[in-house]
Amino acid sequence: MATVTLKVNGAARAVEVSDPETPLLYVLRNDLALTGAHFGCGLAQCGACTVLLDGQAARSCVTPLSAVGSRAVTTVEGLGSPEHPDPVQAAFIAEQAAQCGYCTAGLVVAARAFLDENRAQGRKPREDDVKQALSGNLCRCGSHVRVIRAVMRAARAMAGGA
Amino acid sequence: MARRERLTSGPGVLGRGALASVSRRGFLKAGGALVVGFGLGGGGLVSRGAAGQAAGPVAAGGPIASTWPTDRYLGKSVAPENVDAFIAIHPDGTLTVFTGKVDIGTGGRAAMRQMVAEELDVSTERITELVEGDTALTPDQGSTAGSQGMSRGGKELRLAAATARKALLALAATRLGLAVAELETVEGVVRVTADPTRRVSYGELVGDRPFGLKVDPKARLRASSDYRYIGRSVPRPDIPAKVTGRNQYVGDVKLPDLLHARVIRPDAIGATLTRVDEASVGAVPGARVVRRGSFLAVVAEREWDAVRAAGLLKAEWSGGTGLPDAGRLYEVVRSTPVVRDQVIVKKGDLSPLTGGVAGVRTLAATYEWPIQTHGSIAPSCAVADVRADRATIWTPSQSTHRYVHAFARILGLPGERVRLIYVDGAGSYGQNGYEDAACDAALLSQAVGRPVRVQWSRQDEHGWDPKGPPQLLDLRAALVDGSSGSQGAGVDVLAWETQTWLPLATQGLPNIPLLAALDAGIPQTLGRQVGQVQQNIDPPYAVRAVNAVVHWLDDTPLRPSNIRAPGKVANTFAVESFVDEICALATVDPLEFRLRHTDDPRGLEVLRRAGARMGWQPRPSPRPVDPAAQVLTGRGLAYVHYKHNENYVAIGMEVSVEPATGVIRVTRVVCAHDCGLMVNPDNVASQLEGNILQTLSRTLHEEIRFDRHRVTSVDWMTYPILRFSEVPAIEFELIQRLDEPPLGVGEAASAPVPAALGNAVFDATGVRLRMVPFRPERVKAALEAARS
Repeated sequence: MATVTLKVNGAARAVEVSDPETPLLYVLRNDLALTGAHFGCGLAQCGACTVLLDGQAARSCVTPLSAVGSRAVTTVEGLGSPEHPDPVQAAFIAEQAAQCGYCTAGLVVAARAFLDENRAQGRKPREDDVKQALSGNLCRCGSHVRVIRAVMRAARAMAGGA
Repeated sequence: MARRERLTSGPGVLGRGALASVSRRGFLKAGGALVVGFGLGGGGLVSRGAAGQAAGPVAAGGPIASTWPTDRYLGKSVAPENVDAFIAIHPDGTLTVFTGKVDIGTGGRAAMRQMVAEELDVSTERITELVEGDTALTPDQGSTAGSQGMSRGGKELRLAAATARKALLALAATRLGLAVAELETVEGVVRVTADPTRRVSYGELVGDRPFGLKVDPKARLRASSDYRYIGRSVPRPDIPAKVTGRNQYVGDVKLPDLLHARVIRPDAIGATLTRVDEASVGAVPGARVVRRGSFLAVVAEREWDAVRAAGLLKAEWSGGTGLPDAGRLYEVVRSTPVVRDQVIVKKGDLSPLTGGVAGVRTLAATYEWPIQTHGSIAPSCAVADVRADRATIWTPSQSTHRYVHAFARILGLPGERVRLIYVDGAGSYGQNGYEDAACDAALLSQAVGRPVRVQWSRQDEHGWDPKGPPQLLDLRAALVDGSSGSQGAGVDVLAWETQTWLPLATQGLPNIPLLAALDAGIPQTLGRQVGQVQQNIDPPYAVRAVNAVVHWLDDTPLRPSNIRAPGKVANTFAVESFVDEICALATVDPLEFRLRHTDDPRGLEVLRRAGARMGWQPRPSPRPVDPAAQVLTGRGLAYVHYKHNENYVAIGMEVSVEPATGVIRVTRVVCAHDCGLMVNPDNVASQLEGNILQTLSRTLHEEIRFDRHRVTSVDWMTYPILRFSEVPAIEFELIQRLDEPPLGVGEAASAPVPAALGNAVFDATGVRLRMVPFRPERVKAALEAARS
């Protein structure tokens, strides 16, 4: 067993792993009790496991612990809570943009990375940009229309609040 | 609600005796059991002590205690005829609702609360807990399938709540020494109508004690004119937790001493395990091989170690049941032995179909629908804790009550010693692999004597979940010129014939046979289950003669199950595409044809509203096609009266087609929808969006591929689904009918989607697509074939 220290949602967390190649997803879910990132494919094809690494969206199901290094990991739990949702989460709630919710956490995180990037570049995203940005995330229930509306709403909220 | 004047000026000494006797009568009428239940002041509904202290009926053999938060309710009634099966009112005035129906993402969690709130006169916020599909705690209300969550599940809940409200009035009458008629209920309180300061709360009246009452099947439900919660777009209670990563899914269930497992399925369907090299996983710490017959798995303390061990494990298999040539799928379907024919409709003179009659035109076409998977975003997962004398299984099954019996047989336990607890999973849209994963977990827990969590891989789910079967339909019609309409001469259908080939469901099959039990050699009743796949094979229009026949087949290539709107998506694809073929042959406008041959006013309304919203200009399809155009555009629509007795749905679409690539883009969808009463209109819209987008995905992209041994389309690259970049604008015409019963919205809007799309592509290109999926290479080939 090896001990690895990670920076997760703003705190240093030490975990013991039997294999340093263990994907980050398993460590978050089983060792750190952060179950918001979901196992969907293990192939980086669906986006249900998306987290932020230094603000960039990453697929935690194929990110070995050894590759995380000193980068800050932010999970959907780290963005906000039901009581204090972040602007993206608040917009998803306002638009009722989820059905089963299994893909939702990954969409929230991917949308947050996209909107942060847009804000940093001073860009105002259009609906087509949102669609393109989220096209690596799969949703099966068909919540897409509401998700797109929610991300546009969040973009407005973040622009107004900046 | 109480409307009568008070009999006296107050609860004074003089009036008390008379009032007490009045209220006693009302009380007794409400149900004798109530008197006994409260008279004894028996134990609370909530059992905080040892099992068996609960006042409610205890299932024979005793409930199955585990370590689950809702264990405090064990011992309560689950008999669907009892109010206590559905509702518990706590001392603080909050409520727990128990339902055998589950909300696997469909929004029932909001609608169920609205219905109970409506009948009980409480706000939805007071219903702080909804226990779904736990077989030890909820009434068996049937599977959550067939879009019956609202129509059946909702009705049962409303009656239970209405019965409970009546009982609360009677209890309050006794407490206050007044007649029921002098009382009214408002927001969790019974109060005196003439003196609202005199009140007693529900919590004070029953706080955690059982009602001990039968549900009154004739209980008066609230009149639609008085609805306060039903018909409103109440936000779903589950969404804040879902968008912040706090919702608990089955994969998140943690138990003390839990082992992680991965199952290694055979390398061919039905293959036998001949050799296992247990040493091959030796490098993984703590990994252990579990084998029972041909059922093979690895377990480990740490999940990643189970994944690694599964990848390393060397096993050899032989034989298998084999699969037909996928390239000849529909020939295989057509040549599969027929068990029997079933005539769905036969009326009128069918002879015009054979042709040769002057002035009568005939046409024929064949439609093909591929094998598809449910495609849940979560691969199946389950947790099981099987002990010598009992079993608890956590599963997102849509049919927990049904599968208790399957697991009891498989595990060799009495039914009352098996408890299935519903936990959320990703949407399943029919029976996916959840029950199979539960069987995996149960057998493994039984084998290792510890709780086990089984997580399927993506490849397991695509490869092994039961599939929607292939469908093949032959259609024929005979036409004559009809009476003239606004667009010139119409067309009348003299005769229509549908023949279809479908796998026969096995009579009396208790459940879909489960993979692990099959591989382990545990006896199960074998057979197939497919849902009501034969519905809507005949047209919903005035046709003089109809012959609609199902050829029931004794086999289908892959293990089938129900998949969203079973059968009816393909059937409506064929029927509604063929209607447009008839219109094209007769050069009549497809909407006008449908309006002219529909007499159901609710059907006419959805057709008219869809047409109006689209700005439909009457003209025949196809539109004139410019052969040099880079992009062709068109519009189409389709209609269904779901099962011929449920929802009315008309869907219109606008598309563009790129001939050079064969890529279809859906640019606009309009859906006019009548499901009777909409309990929660925004959630209805959400469900309709889901039906539309998922079925667009099935129509544009989805087809299970297989070789002679197994499924080969086992991930999202080989089995692509709709992406965000393809999502069209969707507009609704939602028809609210407060005085009609609520029909489900989980399925119906799926049915017209493929034909609306195919009809729009035909309008744009003049090419008729009769085989799903409409993948670019197929569309491109069809366009090229039409040009040459």
